[in-house]
Amino acid sequence: MLRKIRITLASIFFVAITALFLDFTGTLHTWLGWMAQIQFLPALLALNVVVVAVLILLTLLLGRVYCSIICPLGVMQDLFAWLGKKAKRNRYSYSPEKRWLRAGMLTLFVISLCIGSGVIAHLLAPYSAYGRIAGNLLAPLYRWGNNGLAFLAERMGSYAFYETEVWMRSGVTFGVALATLLVLGVLAWRGGRTYCNTICPVGTVLGYIARYTWLKPVIDTTKCNSCGLCERNCKAACINSKEKKIDYTRCVACMDCIATCKKHGIKYMHRKAESKAAEPAPVDTSRRTFLATTAAVAATTAIKAQEMKVDGGLAAIQDKVVPDRQTHLVPPGALSARNFARHCTACQLCVSACPNDVLRPSTDLTRLMQPEMTYERGYCRPECTRCSEVCPTGAIRPITREDKSSTQIGHAVWVKKNCIPLTDGVACGNCARHCPVGAIQMVHSDAEDKRSPKIPVIDIERCIGCGACEHLCPARPFSAIYVEGHERHKIN
Amino acid sequence: MDRREFLKIVGISTATGTATLYGCKPKPQAGDASGELGPVPTDKMTYRSFPSLHGDKVSILGYGCMRWPTLANPEGEGSIIDQDAVNELVDYAIAHGVNYFDTAPVYVQGWSEKATGIALKRHPREKIYIATKLSNFSNPSRENSMAMYHRSFKELQVDYIDYYLLHSLGGGGMDNFRRRYVDNGMLDFLLEERKAGRIRHLGFSFHGSQEVFDELLALHDKYHWDFVQIQLNYVDWDGSNAKGLYESLVKAGIPGIIMEPLLGGRLSKVPDHIVGRLKQRSPESSVASWAFRFAGTPEIILTVLSGMTYMEHLQDNLRTYSPLVPLNEEEKEFLYETGRLLKQYPTIPCNDCKYCMPCPYGIDIPAILLHYNKCVNEGNIPEDQQDANYRKARRAFLVGYDRSVPKLRQANHCIGCNQCSKHCPQRIDIPRQLHRIDRFVEELKRNTL
Repeated sequence: MLRKIRITLASIFFVAITALFLDFTGTLHTWLGWMAQIQFLPALLALNVVVVAVLILLTLLLGRVYCSIICPLGVMQDLFAWLGKKAKRNRYSYSPEKRWLRAGMLTLFVISLCIGSGVIAHLLAPYSAYGRIAGNLLAPLYRWGNNGLAFLAERMGSYAFYETEVWMRSGVTFGVALATLLVLGVLAWRGGRTYCNTICPVGTVLGYIARYTWLKPVIDTTKCNSCGLCERNCKAACINSKEKKIDYTRCVACMDCIATCKKHGIKYMHRKAESKAAEPAPVDTSRRTFLATTAAVAATTAIKAQEMKVDGGLAAIQDKVVPDRQTHLVPPGALSARNFARHCTACQLCVSACPNDVLRPSTDLTRLMQPEMTYERGYCRPECTRCSEVCPTGAIRPITREDKSSTQIGHAVWVKKNCIPLTDGVACGNCARHCPVGAIQMVHSDAEDKRSPKIPVIDIERCIGCGACEHLCPARPFSAIYVEGHERHKIN
Repeated sequence: MDRREFLKIVGISTATGTATLYGCKPKPQAGDASGELGPVPTDKMTYRSFPSLHGDKVSILGYGCMRWPTLANPEGEGSIIDQDAVNELVDYAIAHGVNYFDTAPVYVQGWSEKATGIALKRHPREKIYIATKLSNFSNPSRENSMAMYHRSFKELQVDYIDYYLLHSLGGGGMDNFRRRYVDNGMLDFLLEERKAGRIRHLGFSFHGSQEVFDELLALHDKYHWDFVQIQLNYVDWDGSNAKGLYESLVKAGIPGIIMEPLLGGRLSKVPDHIVGRLKQRSPESSVASWAFRFAGTPEIILTVLSGMTYMEHLQDNLRTYSPLVPLNEEEKEFLYETGRLLKQYPTIPCNDCKYCMPCPYGIDIPAILLHYNKCVNEGNIPEDQQDANYRKARRAFLVGYDRSVPKLRQANHCIGCNQCSKHCPQRIDIPRQLHRIDRFVEELKRNTL
């Protein structure tokens, strides 16, 4: 019964959180956004005291049900483990706690967060790892499916579905997501919750708390005949059937043992914690394979160099190239680059949600996989505040449209050598025409000559850095106007 | 909810599909193509002839070769002409009495003459009339014009051309005419060619003002225009200068050829209540047939050109003209009134001729304008957020926009360089229209309408 409840709840959470990462229309976030916000690490980084307190109380009361129900990465591993058990029954066995590895990983994680270089933290964080898998590996499949339906809808004159672009935002992040999936898949298939009980920092923290949990599976020594069936079905490898003891720091309260025991010898109940802890075990270095496999997969984006043709039909359009920005751009609501870097766990939820294809994971080593903005495929449209609505960690704070339209996240810079009126000798002004705050005006390039071509001049004080000018500039592959980021955002 | 609706639609269409299949079983002969309408007549085509044209007997339906069917290019990007389909259409048209084929070096990205030549080569040369043009818009040098003239013979695989036109006069006034044909000596050369018999009849096609038209007709004594090609339809009759041009032509006594009788399909894709109006009058005639009868009715008209991409369009036009039933005065009045009603719709007069293309900055100009027109006709241009169908219309406009035009080729990328406008025979101020559409799209996207 308890197991069935656990499985039902876990399925609901897992499907809903996955849907959050797949939905590109922005309709689900209104209803399901809270599911991302109750994730432990995002709540901690967002300084969401209520959620953290509730999660700690939950763990003190029921054990690590968070790991079994709320954490999508945990449920994903359960899926693999279930498949593994189909292949070979009773495949697990007890192993002593790798205390030093757990403590070491947690320390590494905390240090990584504190010194501000979050790469290691982002690799280890469970919710972020799942976000990358869902956003990079599942979302393309979902979108292709949607595009198939859009194709049909178009042919039926229906506007129910519209086509969406499927593209790889960052080769590195994609590689990390793939590697994470493969490593966790294999680990879970063979050993169940290995990752959760050795590497996962959230698992370790909750494990320490769960030691003192009120309700827990307890072996009734009077009924137990030491058959070992529970041990061989414990995916957390935390039941020592010979000594009839359970390591509650690693038990994820999955209730499998309760359902497995033929003698009904395990009950979910209250019992006082034992004072004597298990013997510390030597560090198992083989478990470190996880980290080694996260080595980045280098990907180069081949830039298509096409030439304009003038023999009828459509002129070829050259792809835009990312300009060399001295300061990277983070979305309105982030407050500052530093605030963003401190809070962001690189879960990719905003990247999946951005309807304008502006956000993509950084490839810069100091903030690897954290999103940044760039305007080759679209610009930060004035009516959209989607990323601020979905961010669970407070890296992008909620912002209204009005506030967004007056928040300066960067400023436009003119590049004379690319500007079309000067190079092609035609009138343009597309940047000025599309600036939502009217920060650009067109003036004669030669003040004396009223017939000289008009060029854009930028009022930096009014510019908000939305990138409309950069994206819509006809100069290709490098725009004649681009946005330089600001360290700290300013309210105009 | 959307998904549910979608499933419902799929369910219904599958159900009806099955029903139709079962429904058909007992009477398999019912699907005969000619069905209710009867077969398309093969020997009832109306022909026109004029003494000045040496007794040419020209079918009132002329085949415009500007819109040949195309296929996706199997070797990479773009599209190519579907030659099999072209052959099929040409064979069918000839079998049903069409004998006039009008092409130009610039049609279908420059592939039209070749495709038309291949299809016509399979028929006796003396039974058909071929028309082509000197389309030296972008480079009027004598050298280029000569090359273009000779290329037409090669592409069409002929040693004489029946009707040769100075392509699209009027735009740019008389200056442009002199620059393209007089100063470079091309017109004198063409007159010689006519004398030599390699050109049987010489004329010009016209898009422009009444004054320029009259000036060109005044040169009739000097050049002897055998025919003139003008735009005529019931919308332009009052709305534009079609009536005036037509009257000048009658006065000069020069046979006329009609282009854009249907305004590139705009007179067959009309708003619902116009369809109702025309259909109520004659439920079994197509909407397009009114436009064709209108164009063919004047006695001075030699032929009416239609760029028929689809067999069904060809068949419909063949029915209309086999034989032509001329409009009476009352019917003409009815159409003038219809034209006035149509004028009230803010459609952009784009006929999808693609002369504006390629835009050097990659914009798909005709696709944008056609999408806009489609939304006008379907009532999907909301004026205000308070409109009853605002949400539905907004979605239809925006989703349809992304479907018909790739994002990078949409109106917001138009820089207003104005290189396109001078090529437009309908004299649309293209950048102004694109910027207007772009502002409208922005208002829809931001919900600030």
